[in-house]
Amino acid sequence: MRNVSERLIEALLLGAAAVSVLTTVGIVYVLVSESIHFFQQVSIVDFLTDTQWTPLFDDAHFGIMVLVSGTVVSSVVALAVAVPMGTIIAIYLSEFANSKVREIAKPILELLGGIPTIVFGYFALLVVTPILQVIFPELPGFSLLSAGLVMGIMIVPYIASLSEDAMRAVPMSLREGAYAMGSTRLYTALHVVVPAAFSGLAASYILAISRAVGETMILAVAAGMQPNLTWNPMEPAATITSYIVQVALGDLPHGSIGYLTIFAAGLTLLLITLVFNILGQWLRAKFRENY
Amino acid sequence: MQPLTNEQIRAVIARGKLKDTIFKGLGLFCLSIALLVIVALIADMVIKGSERFTLDFFLNFASRRATQAGILSAWVGSLLVMLVTALAAVPLGVAAGLYLEEYAKRNWLTHVIEVNISNLAAVPSIVYGLLALGIFVYQFGFGQSILSAGLTLALLILPIIIVATREAIRAIPAMIREGSMAVGATRWQTCRYHIIPYAMPGILTGVIIGLARAIGETAPIITIGALTFIAFLPPVPFTGEPPAGLFDWVMSPFTVMPIQIFNWTSRPDPAFEVNAAAAGFVLMFMVLSMNAVAIWLRYKMRKNIKW
Repeated sequence: MRNVSERLIEALLLGAAAVSVLTTVGIVYVLVSESIHFFQQVSIVDFLTDTQWTPLFDDAHFGIMVLVSGTVVSSVVALAVAVPMGTIIAIYLSEFANSKVREIAKPILELLGGIPTIVFGYFALLVVTPILQVIFPELPGFSLLSAGLVMGIMIVPYIASLSEDAMRAVPMSLREGAYAMGSTRLYTALHVVVPAAFSGLAASYILAISRAVGETMILAVAAGMQPNLTWNPMEPAATITSYIVQVALGDLPHGSIGYLTIFAAGLTLLLITLVFNILGQWLRAKFRENY
Repeated sequence: MQPLTNEQIRAVIARGKLKDTIFKGLGLFCLSIALLVIVALIADMVIKGSERFTLDFFLNFASRRATQAGILSAWVGSLLVMLVTALAAVPLGVAAGLYLEEYAKRNWLTHVIEVNISNLAAVPSIVYGLLALGIFVYQFGFGQSILSAGLTLALLILPIIIVATREAIRAIPAMIREGSMAVGATRWQTCRYHIIPYAMPGILTGVIIGLARAIGETAPIITIGALTFIAFLPPVPFTGEPPAGLFDWVMSPFTVMPIQIFNWTSRPDPAFEVNAAAAGFVLMFMVLSMNAVAIWLRYKMRKNIKW
């Protein structure tokens, strides 16, 4: 009796753990099956090469590059802010700051990471854009620049905390060796600690790219939602994610071509983030230093 | 090579120290930008939204007129969605964490589950929305309801709860298990009476952080097709005509705080900016107070437990 109930409980717990696997299976199943319906009506060559994205017009075009360009530009702007800022904060906290500064800085970063993205979207549209318009008078009300900058600030805590963890894991003896030879703190940080923690830093940058590519609400609010094939951050443009939001806000019938486009867009998004995740795991495995 | 003179050595040292100082300044500068953003964000919302911090704002439905619009359906919706999310995610997450730490053998299945959980944490939240749109809304026929939204967010925060549970369990020393087993307890009795109670503060911290993340999520809920204009509340159990059952509210259409903010932010009429600011502050307050409780719990836990 006792054995039976023990077995039963173990099976139930295994079932709970399997839900996460089912989630992955569900995601792949939904995206792939709906995308197959989509690609029965649109050729994959057009999807990848067309330079227009007008799925809801009579003259429908399905060029995903239009949405990808918006995603790439906003992510590049975000990373241009987040990578230097996050890395500097991480080096500062791990190599320079005393415990008092760290005790204040850590909750601030946690706070910043916990702010809902819709609030960041509000901030980008109604606070940052007007400030930027003072500097660049020709900046339109919606722009990839303003959304990207705020997105960068949002990502700083992820890079800072992961990179700091990686650098603090570097053994003290390495630093002491460098100090003993007369290195300054900064020289030790840049030439001993950073190279030793390289795999962790790279992993944090990759995670940041995934975040930027998948971020939705800041772009939906502040970057405008018109599809626009552009590499100029001063323009408004839709991204893969904000396009999905735009369609979901409307009332498209289940199974229509417009409904199917969001699954094709979602599959593209998932594949992009998957590539970066695999790259991140590969980097971590390849450059891992063991002490 | 000429040996350096004392002056030259001093100059080298001074240059090195100067660079250190400059970098320290740079680090503090970057940190202060982070702080500045938080302060500017909160200050802007408080100043702009201050005229809406009235009881009416919390008790009115959405409206075409900005001054009469309120967040009643939004905060009730957020609360009910969180209830469904917690009821689904907590048992599943804790059970999964318990299995992986206390039961799982080191085999390929465990490996698959572990890799899978860490990968799921990196999937963009809007993809969960697409999953829910395909599975919950259409395949299961839950429609655009509180149930669909709650389950979607539950899947989204499941990795957070699992990881927190595992870390809390891993911190419990082996002697606790050995002591329990030595007096004849089964594995489940050990978990039920020792592991889960001791891991509780850590689990709770993870649950609160997960829910704080879920309450601010917008994208997946928009994707399943939540409405932006709701001027009624879900049916209260056993009331109305005909009387609602105990669980009728889970199938009700709904809106949540982030969607209400999104709706007001994207209106051209600047009068709605005020509403967006006020609602944004309320949402920030909810999220930050949940995080504060989690940080406090973690602090208490570190102080109290001594093995």
